[in-house]
Amino acid sequence: MSTTDATNVPYTSDTHADGLAVTGQTQWPLWEVFTQAGKGAPHEHAGSVHATDAEHAMQNARDVYCRRGEAVSLWVVPASAIVASVPGDAGPFFDPGNDKAYRHPHFYKVPLGVRVF
Amino acid sequence: MEQPTIVPTADSSAHESALVAAFEARIAAGESIEPKDWMPERYRKQLIRMMSQHAHSEVVGMLPEGNFITRAPSLRRKMSLIAKVQDEAGHGLYIYCGTETLGVDRHELIEQLLDGRAKYSSIFNYPTLSWADMGVIGWLVDGAAIVNQTILAKTSYGPYARAMVRICKEENFHKRQGYEICATLARGTPAQREMLQDAVNRFWWPALMMFGPSDTDSPNSAELLKWRVKRKTNDELRQRFVNLTVPQAIAIGITLPDPELRFDEATGNWVFGEIDWTEFFQVIGGEGPCNRERLAARRAAHEDGAWVREAAAAHAAKQRTSGTQAA
Repeated sequence: MSTTDATNVPYTSDTHADGLAVTGQTQWPLWEVFTQAGKGAPHEHAGSVHATDAEHAMQNARDVYCRRGEAVSLWVVPASAIVASVPGDAGPFFDPGNDKAYRHPHFYKVPLGVRVF
Repeated sequence: MEQPTIVPTADSSAHESALVAAFEARIAAGESIEPKDWMPERYRKQLIRMMSQHAHSEVVGMLPEGNFITRAPSLRRKMSLIAKVQDEAGHGLYIYCGTETLGVDRHELIEQLLDGRAKYSSIFNYPTLSWADMGVIGWLVDGAAIVNQTILAKTSYGPYARAMVRICKEENFHKRQGYEICATLARGTPAQREMLQDAVNRFWWPALMMFGPSDTDSPNSAELLKWRVKRKTNDELRQRFVNLTVPQAIAIGITLPDPELRFDEATGNWVFGEIDWTEFFQVIGGEGPCNRERLAARRAAHEDGAWVREAAAAHAAKQRTSGTQAA
């Protein structure tokens, strides 16, 4: 079978943004889907779809994740484009932000009975 | 050629048990396990088995109801049924997507379904004979699925739990549309009531079997409970379903085909009769009334859709080429 056969378009194996490599070249590339629930809300990860290209990914994402007005905006991102932190390194990696109590308001003492907020 | 034998050293097995201990401590603390976290190989395998069976069940579940789309008695019923069948496809995709995060290829899982290696819920191997079956499937089958899935929404594996939260929100529509069909038929002509009662008689016991073998006879339960993949036993969930459903049957004046069914004041449970496990294991083993028909229909749908997959791939390839030329 020639490699230009439409059913056998070669591409590199994909990785779920938060997961392991999906092995083999047996299916369409993987896209991670982000939905915005309402104007002003952040886009949140909804799941993923397989699709041949960006337009196709957009349509699949709409059909799979937006059947009941769940979104006013949709992002699809090639899963292979996402760089994720590694759980094994999470301790030292996030440590700089974990031990700084003085970045929180309750670190500071205020005179009794005064309403600060 | 002689292969060197790899003997696990004391060091590596000590390392492994330390990892298992840390993993189990996280589970005990109620933490959720995410795809890149270390997990015992058994945990990964059990999840792949359970999640793929669940995804397959959603996909095969489209078939009995899909059969009735052209025969729905009104436009309202038809719209609901189409939406429900489309949801089942979506639910299959959510769970396949979750299963892939364990490092398995969806294509491989679908191959296992199509060539008959994979299991799916035994309930879909029973035939749907009348319109009342559509009501009873929504009421009992989706009702049972909701009881199961509400607990699975708290499972220890993050992607599975998140898929379940999404699914539970949507399943409630399935159950209510089914119960509405049942309540309508129950208020209808004697022939309609009889059709409904017949459907309930056929689906009641298979619906109870959906929760799987009794705890004393379920090979995977202990391990799954320890790792909080499951949070309740099969028997606990089955009892919960019976307790929820009996009052709903009484409310529409339908009898359940179990002469031993009675309310137990002491426990607050509806006590039910013995399930025919021989039938359950026959259906699981491929000898149910519709196993062959369902798989044949699924294979035909997959093959009939090949041209769509080919066209999409060809279109994408063409777009890439024209994009390159333009640049």
